[in-house]
Amino acid sequence: MEKLLQLLFSGVALGAVYALLALGFVVVFKATQVVNFAHAGLLMVGTYCTARFSAAGRPFAVAVLLGIAVTVGLALVIERAFVRPVVQRSVVAVAIMTIGVDVVLQTEVTRRLGIDILPVGDPWGSATVEVLGITVPQTRVAALVVAFVVLGCFFAWARFSDWGVAMRASAEDHRTAELMGVRLGRVSAIVWVIAAVLAVVAGVFLGAFPSPGVSPTTSAAALRAFPAAILGGLDSTGGALAGGLLIGLAETLTQGYQDQLSFLGQGFSAVMPYVVMVAVLLVRPTGLFGTTEATRV
Amino acid sequence: MSEADTLRRTLSGRQAARLGLLAAALVAPLYLDAFWVQVGVFAFAAMVAALGLNLLVGEAGQLSLAHSFFIAIGAYGYTLFASPPGEPGGEIGWDLPPLAAVALAVAAAGVAGLLFSPIAARVRGIYLGVASLGLVFLGQHILVNAEPVTGGFNGRDVPPLTVAGFSFDDVPGETLHVLGVPFTRVEKLWYVGVVAVALAWLFYRNVRASRAGRAMHAVRDGETAAAVMGVDVTRFKGAAFLVSSMLAGLGGVLLALAFHHIVPETFGVLLAIEYLAMIVIGGIGSPGGTLGGALFVSSLPVVLQRYSDSLPFVAESPTGGGVTAGVAARFCYGAAIVGLLLVEPGGLAALARRVRLRVAGRPHRPALRPTPAAIDLGDAVDISDDVAPATPNP
Repeated sequence: MEKLLQLLFSGVALGAVYALLALGFVVVFKATQVVNFAHAGLLMVGTYCTARFSAAGRPFAVAVLLGIAVTVGLALVIERAFVRPVVQRSVVAVAIMTIGVDVVLQTEVTRRLGIDILPVGDPWGSATVEVLGITVPQTRVAALVVAFVVLGCFFAWARFSDWGVAMRASAEDHRTAELMGVRLGRVSAIVWVIAAVLAVVAGVFLGAFPSPGVSPTTSAAALRAFPAAILGGLDSTGGALAGGLLIGLAETLTQGYQDQLSFLGQGFSAVMPYVVMVAVLLVRPTGLFGTTEATRV
Repeated sequence: MSEADTLRRTLSGRQAARLGLLAAALVAPLYLDAFWVQVGVFAFAAMVAALGLNLLVGEAGQLSLAHSFFIAIGAYGYTLFASPPGEPGGEIGWDLPPLAAVALAVAAAGVAGLLFSPIAARVRGIYLGVASLGLVFLGQHILVNAEPVTGGFNGRDVPPLTVAGFSFDDVPGETLHVLGVPFTRVEKLWYVGVVAVALAWLFYRNVRASRAGRAMHAVRDGETAAAVMGVDVTRFKGAAFLVSSMLAGLGGVLLALAFHHIVPETFGVLLAIEYLAMIVIGGIGSPGGTLGGALFVSSLPVVLQRYSDSLPFVAESPTGGGVTAGVAARFCYGAAIVGLLLVEPGGLAALARRVRLRVAGRPHRPALRPTPAAIDLGDAVDISDDVAPATPNP
């Protein structure tokens, strides 16, 4: 029972991190129709920079902010230089182009990392804490708290601020939004900034305990943003949250009960998120909260 | 000169170019270095499989990121069917004649595509793309865990292809010489590749021009409209997956023959994304462009690696400052994708069309014919919003 509770807690904490990632992916898609394959690359750059800054002796919070600053700058450059000139002509070409961007970013980070595994320098380390009678790593608690604070900020921002309204308007119907005076270019830049910030925050927690630190394999975890975003519904920000949590739980539970699931073979936890996703899609083809397409002939 | 004359001239010019290309491909191994022949063999494998993906994405409008899974079925299928039965405890082999093994492997890939098509019948656009990504992870899991069949993590050797007693492999002591050039495994496989690419290309064009091809186009351009016109949407989606994964299977067999030893790692997400890159770089819905895109994506990293000595900023050793050859190659690869699509989002096919028009002496007109509708990435931009207010029908 204790094991189940522990797994559930880790699953939710991991899921919250996935939700951050998926949300970054969803806002870019929702506002600009671009499938951003460079998301994992942004995550790697931000996490690497954070780790380097804190290794250079800066306090953790400052290091994270610096990491975010670098990544946001990079995201703006990518958006301005590569995405905007092409997006009008073909969103598919932009999607493939982000693959090229991702290759360059990941190659650079991997080259700088070499064979090192950089600790992210978080203040929690491997310490544990007792919550409701179960022992859990402090990083997981922090991940959960930070993720929900960030998500809360995002939803409040999208709901109440002018830019949030502009973003939602252009997601709803970008042509009408443009006619109403929404500057689509700004919206596009803003969603890339949001994606960058969310990716760095998620990346820091993916690199923290129980993971040993930032290594080239960290980006593999970033791929989970895909099933999480799809599962919840690609055009639903709330869906990204639900999808992230489900994927996190599915992965952690499969991993925790690996011994009982040995008939599925070793390492099935990497496949489980996709199995869950396909099962959901068969029932609801546009994800849990995605809008069903209206058919028009 | 009238419009029709220009068209006729360009068309016959294109046919001549095709024949010239084929002739060049047939004599190339006599002149090329072994390295380039090897590059070519891998490129041919990629071309066959990429044509399959373009049939699915470009002609039928079904986005798939699972292509590496079907390629893996072709590669491992051939290996399983053609391998001699191993010792007890080792890997299984059915010991079939290699040609039968090729046919069976292609059929197996096709069946896998058909089995996946019920999901495609229900899920659309980018949702389908990511759902199919699940297939790749499932495939990886099976390849690593089903050791008796796949050899597990370390992979297994691929038996050579033999047709009517002629072995497409190095035969010690009886190396074949053609016009004084020794023909080793790669040179022989080159010709297998040329034949396979030519067949796949013809197949693609014929499918596209056929009744089934038109039905696929109808499904791509609007499922409801297609259904109203009497097209059985589910059936033709299934058919598209069938032919696409069969070509993937054939590409997989070639890839396995080229590798000589296959490991699960090859057939991962990276390969699936590379194939998507091939068809977008080549031009969605263009068979000729696909060949160019496949050549570009499959050979660029290897070629850059080989010539990295002459690239600037490249260090001899990892410690000597600068970047290593492999890293430089990856940089160029990423930059090349970005650069090409910045210049021409329609890929190589659109670029070639531009050049052809320039040569034919006409000013550049971007849309000579309507390019196939962009793949429906779910909530894509709807042009009909121009004429009618978006009132969702219930």
